[in-house]
Amino acid sequence: MKTIDFSSSSSPSDRRIGALLRHLTSGADSPIAKSSVLASPTSGVTGGSVFAHLVQAPEDPILGVTVAYNKDPSPIKLNLGVGAYRTEEGKPLVLNVVRKAEQQLINDRSRIKEYLPIVGLVEFNKLSAKLILGDDSPAIRENRVTTVECLSGTGSLRVGGEFLAKHYHQKTIYITQPTWGNHPKIFTLAGLTVKTYRYYDPSTRGLNFQGLLEDLGAAPPGSIVLLHACAHNPTGVDPTIQQWEQIRKLMRSKGLMPFFDSAYQGFASGSLDTDAKPIRMFVADGGECLVAQSYAKNMGLYGERVGALSIVCKSADVAGKVESQLKLVIRPMYSSPPIHGASIVAVILRDKNLFHEWTLELKAMADRIISMRKQLFEALRARGTPGDWTHIIKQIGMFTFTGLNPAQVSFMTKEYHIYMTSDGRISMAGLSSKTVPHLADAIHAVVTKAV
Amino acid sequence: MASSMLSLGSTSLLTREINKDKLKLGNSGSNPFLKAKSSSRVTMMTVAVKPSRFEGITMAPPDPILGVSEAFKADTNELKLNLGVGAYRTEELQPYVLNVVKKAENLMLERGDNKEYLPIEGLAAFNKATAELLFGANHPIIKEQKVATIQGLSGTGSLRLAAALIERYFPGAKVLISSPTWGNHKNIFNDAKVPWSEYRYYDPKTIGLDFEGMIADIKEAPEGSFILLHGCAHNPTGIDPTPEQWVKIADVIQEKNHIPFFDVAYQGFASGSLDEDAASVRLFAERGMEFFVAQSYSKNLGLYAERIGAINVVCSSADAATRVKSQLKRIARPMYSNPPVHGARIVANVVGDATMFNEWKAEMEMMAGRIKTVRQELYDSLVSKDKSGKDWSFILKQIGMFSFTGLNKAQSDNMTNKWHVYMTKDGRISLAGLSLAKCEYLADAIIDSYHNALLYWKTPIEL
Repeated sequence: MKTIDFSSSSSPSDRRIGALLRHLTSGADSPIAKSSVLASPTSGVTGGSVFAHLVQAPEDPILGVTVAYNKDPSPIKLNLGVGAYRTEEGKPLVLNVVRKAEQQLINDRSRIKEYLPIVGLVEFNKLSAKLILGDDSPAIRENRVTTVECLSGTGSLRVGGEFLAKHYHQKTIYITQPTWGNHPKIFTLAGLTVKTYRYYDPSTRGLNFQGLLEDLGAAPPGSIVLLHACAHNPTGVDPTIQQWEQIRKLMRSKGLMPFFDSAYQGFASGSLDTDAKPIRMFVADGGECLVAQSYAKNMGLYGERVGALSIVCKSADVAGKVESQLKLVIRPMYSSPPIHGASIVAVILRDKNLFHEWTLELKAMADRIISMRKQLFEALRARGTPGDWTHIIKQIGMFTFTGLNPAQVSFMTKEYHIYMTSDGRISMAGLSSKTVPHLADAIHAVVTKAV
Repeated sequence: MASSMLSLGSTSLLTREINKDKLKLGNSGSNPFLKAKSSSRVTMMTVAVKPSRFEGITMAPPDPILGVSEAFKADTNELKLNLGVGAYRTEELQPYVLNVVKKAENLMLERGDNKEYLPIEGLAAFNKATAELLFGANHPIIKEQKVATIQGLSGTGSLRLAAALIERYFPGAKVLISSPTWGNHKNIFNDAKVPWSEYRYYDPKTIGLDFEGMIADIKEAPEGSFILLHGCAHNPTGIDPTPEQWVKIADVIQEKNHIPFFDVAYQGFASGSLDEDAASVRLFAERGMEFFVAQSYSKNLGLYAERIGAINVVCSSADAATRVKSQLKRIARPMYSNPPVHGARIVANVVGDATMFNEWKAEMEMMAGRIKTVRQELYDSLVSKDKSGKDWSFILKQIGMFSFTGLNKAQSDNMTNKWHVYMTKDGRISLAGLSLAKCEYLADAIIDSYHNALLYWKTPIEL
């Protein structure tokens, strides 16, 4: 048996194994660190693999729910995992207005597939900025906003994060506790340090406003703060307008940099303007902020990956420089963004009739979800399920934070074939009048069963 | 301005230094940067008086390749010619959407495909078609499931995923890139924090391959380095190794336990044949080597703006391929979650239907054929107009969309400033942007620039 000091080995395979060991061991107390390891039979030798040290990564906790759901053969299975809208018939929905836009694009024989500029489809960028900041936004009029097309919400957050890590003096971002599972990974890989601020109060299933103010108040001046513009994911708990105003005042007094994640504009309340209000409040005070915008849910363009990153700056001059540096982040990542989804959005936003039709379809989706909330609440009340379930109708947006724990979630999956994330989050968009009773039965069962 | 002399890589360094100085001076009005601005912005809102948090950010220089098209658009001269970015143009110098692509899109709309999220690894039918296209459907590594394929954002996105995997799992390993290579390669590895160095490739004396230098530099690299190879139609030079040279390259890579990393952006576009253009990649697969292949459909299916490509990792076992795939997914998820569906569906439809697949092959042959014809015409024009006896045959020997003319920066500048011919400063021209009708004009421009540029421009020239 051969023992090797991997770090100083001349063989690159051995150095890789050494690196892996360093990742695995948390410190000098680790038993692995204490003992030396056998030479891997695959290191640097023909017949072995250079990938021997790569382990199987677990499935993504959110997207993995759908993977597990697809594998389940049960006819009563229910997917309440990923936030994708379903119709009353449980089917994915492509908006009529999107189909119309696509037909228009195909009919236009002058359309080509040349590379977009690095910043994306310019018309799409302008229309997106107006959508989120308001048609009459002074920041837009004064050319203080730079908007770049990105790959939906994730891509916008990543590009914004990388930009901040390169150019902003404070490298810490504060995210809510809890938040969307992908947030910490995005910002860590972008090069920022991730910290949390209190948000959700399990005892009230509402907002821990005091904790929020304390934590943001204690953050070093200039820190970046991630804010969910509306329909907080995963809790569905949003601050009131008055609370938003207090948050704004506090953040501006400490020079904290707001970074909005807007994934549900129009989808939460049914009104595009209402859902954009918190962002517009911040922009109205003349300060700077970042906004990541997604069209995945509100236009049902999930797989097309359409979104935008807007950075509101103090001056047009600064905005121009910021844009030039955003391009340097984008070019080595994917060169330029995809054209199809952005073109659909541009067609809809620029046409008064299509825009109006969109707002109707959007309201219909939001209304259906609100109705599912009411139905689930009623169903639990009818069953006499113990506990206070009013949070189901108080929370807003696609998701409900049920308050169920991972063990209870596991039970519901095993016994009732209900798929959801282990934090107890359910996607109301995945429910229908037909399936609400099944879900209510499952919740009732797990809450009343012997511990 | 100083910043224009800096390479792209060091621009952000300059910014960091400016920010550091700013921090030293603090937020108060004593900072000379801030004085002039804040005094002119007196408003009622206390917030507006504070300076921008992004004040110290400098204007980045335009992208050297994409910036060429922007400059071209701004030029009002009617003789202007855009030989900058590598996008195919017809003889009428119009962009070209393949007929087979239009067919596929119509089909997709008629069928009413939904827009659900793809899995993180992309469209399964696309991934399968892509690996089969590259290696051949009946290749053992396909049958034995030894290839991990995940859909990426065209060539750039696929290269970036692989670079991130290298950074995470092969820390300290270097990537060797050809000198010269596509300008964005170094940016990708820089942002992924993967160290890189160059291997000799282009020989300006022969306007051909410095094969001895290439082999020597690959041999000298630390064992287990990654060697970035252009599968066919080298960008920017158009100079490819011969089949015999590929064998020697594979030999030295195997000898040093290096890991090949192919960039395949022109499969089918170089020679007109998908199989012929994959020969280098398949040679390495035959050897049982483990390697990476980044693939793009931008050029060969004209899907530029759809951003469709893939990263393939050939592994020694199906188990390794499964693990590698899972780790690539972990990298993609915090970058963009899952890839765009539209381009992937177009590819899957075209490749999956025998009729459309054949139509595609015909259109690809047509595009590659036009470029070969244009090369011949340009060569003929140069030979007939240039009486100096200079050997222009490199135009015919090079392959693919690009030609490395051998013109230096001053000469390239002359092409643009005097002749309104837009190209990149390294002397690269895109033949895809050249029509038969313009070959004579271009020949005149090249001959003049080659012989006379140094006489015209009196300011000291950086070569």
